[in-house]
Amino acid sequence: MIGAAIAVTAAILLMATLVGASGLSPGAVLAELADALPLVHVDSGLSAQQHAILWQIRLPRVVLGALVGATLAVAGAAYQGVFRNPLADPYLLGVSSGAGLGATVMIIAGASGAGMGSLGVPVAAFAGGIVAVAATYLLGRSVGGGRGEVVIILAGVAVAAFANAAQTFVQQRYQDTLQSVYSWLLGRLSTDGWSDVTLVLPYVAVTIVVILLFRRTLDVMSVGDVEAASLGIRPARVRLLLVAVATLGTAAVVSVSGLIGFVGIVVPHAVRLVAGPGHRLLLPLSVLAGAAFLVLADVVARTVLSPAELPIGVVTAAIGAPFFLVVLRRGRGMQ
Amino acid sequence: MLRILAFVAALLLGGALAACGSGAGDPGGGAGASGTAGASGTAGAPASPEDAPQRIVSLSPSATEILYAVGAGDQVVAVDDQSNFPQGVPTTDLSGYTPNLEAVLGYQPDLVVFSDDDGDLASGLDKVGVPYLKLPAPGDIEGAYEQFAQVGVVTGHADQAHELVGAVRGQISAAIDTAGGAGQGLSYFHELDPTLYTVTSESFIGQIYSLFGLENIADSASAAGAYPQLQSEFVVSANPDLIFLADAEPGGESAASVAQRPGWAGVTAVRDGQVYALDDDTTSRWGPRIGELAQHIAQVLADRPGT
Repeated sequence: MIGAAIAVTAAILLMATLVGASGLSPGAVLAELADALPLVHVDSGLSAQQHAILWQIRLPRVVLGALVGATLAVAGAAYQGVFRNPLADPYLLGVSSGAGLGATVMIIAGASGAGMGSLGVPVAAFAGGIVAVAATYLLGRSVGGGRGEVVIILAGVAVAAFANAAQTFVQQRYQDTLQSVYSWLLGRLSTDGWSDVTLVLPYVAVTIVVILLFRRTLDVMSVGDVEAASLGIRPARVRLLLVAVATLGTAAVVSVSGLIGFVGIVVPHAVRLVAGPGHRLLLPLSVLAGAAFLVLADVVARTVLSPAELPIGVVTAAIGAPFFLVVLRRGRGMQ
Repeated sequence: MLRILAFVAALLLGGALAACGSGAGDPGGGAGASGTAGASGTAGAPASPEDAPQRIVSLSPSATEILYAVGAGDQVVAVDDQSNFPQGVPTTDLSGYTPNLEAVLGYQPDLVVFSDDDGDLASGLDKVGVPYLKLPAPGDIEGAYEQFAQVGVVTGHADQAHELVGAVRGQISAAIDTAGGAGQGLSYFHELDPTLYTVTSESFIGQIYSLFGLENIADSASAAGAYPQLQSEFVVSANPDLIFLADAEPGGESAASVAQRPGWAGVTAVRDGQVYALDDDTTSRWGPRIGELAQHIAQVLADRPGT
């Protein structure tokens, strides 16, 4: 099953690399890609400019889309497993809202001359995401007493609402930056080439690897904390670690891509309906399906209004919501 | 109980005020200590020069520039927080984006000028009987001239507004003469922000470029409206001859930062040093300084190597 998923995901990435607004012929792109393989020499006939378009603009965008999608999806699946709540996702826990607040503040500071350069917004978004999820966790712990998981979700809703309110307030005060804040909020996978990819790659790798390492543990924990403890697992520690890692990854990708909703909740649910609830399949398949889903969404964003862009956050919501309903229907039929 | 009574009284009073405001025949004028125009709704021409509004509040930078250019500057008592031209305008913390009716009324205006009305400012002003003028972004340059004339008429400076229109027309045609056809056949990209939002020729700014015969690479994206967001790979493959940066405010984009974008170094405009920073304000306002923008573009075209 995982082998088939890898093949499908790879095919989607390849297809996405062949599509674009600059009129490169798919044949030439294929030749160019083949030429990059070791021991293969093909003359693609691309000009220097077309070469730059493919290697510096389009390919990094496809790769970034895959990394962002994979991380959002696997983080969503991990949150859902940890909190034993199918609604848990980076949005509900406040990570995205906190990151949004951080980014907004930094965009405004940058506009008023603080001059952190292009790194300032990702760093601030990252910090905002971490602070928000820490607040969610601490609030949930202190208010919740023994009823951990549900209260943490509710605390996340409160933190997210507060961060959104603070962000709107700040935005209202500095309206000449509305445009840049707005385009960040809608999500975008573009224009910084490989630097964004290399920026997030370490975080993405750590997030995916650590979460996948805990796939069996999450299965045991889904039976119950007492049973897990009897097998030598310390559920509280595992929870804290996984939440921290999922947050790290989410904040890192959101900080370069902006807010892209729906991936963290749609993808794991779709995977669960096909592959069942077991984390041993759910987590790796979520990585692959998340990558494929977001890259596909970006293909839509790049082609519908081409050569103009459609914000990718709009696409993920627009195709995510109906897709989700279809999957739910199918799932009910199967049971 | 007292509270409820007070509330009912306030409602009744508000209703009476609204009735008073919409009563067009009210001779004394319902608003303004100066006793000028009392009718609410869109302001018209004053009956006599003495009836011209004397306490104007402007909530739009473009409107502020027009008001001063037609000679109504002495009548302006407050402008919004974005209005910064000409020097010495009475800038306040009033917001033109989210106008607050009470804050505006605090300046006891006898005319309020604004560009957009999402917050029901107009209906609020109607209720209290303060006349207003709505000046939304015009679709074309003629629309801007019409607004100059309208501001002139309403503020009692019709003749000066007429002269202003003539002067700006003259500036723009002089600019076209300066360029002397140097723009014919050249393509350009007008950048609004680093995420590649831009304008098409359908927009007000795009029309000014069209006057010089310049071709807008964004026109093939006009299905996405007059202000589309372009894909980076499209801009590179469209290979514009000129790039104009309307996001070059301090700390913003520059020829150097554009050259560093992945794949952009090979674009003709970047390679030939044809990336120009424009004044952020003159490229976003439809006031009298559109003539200056036209002259700037003309200068760029005239100074190009090989022309």
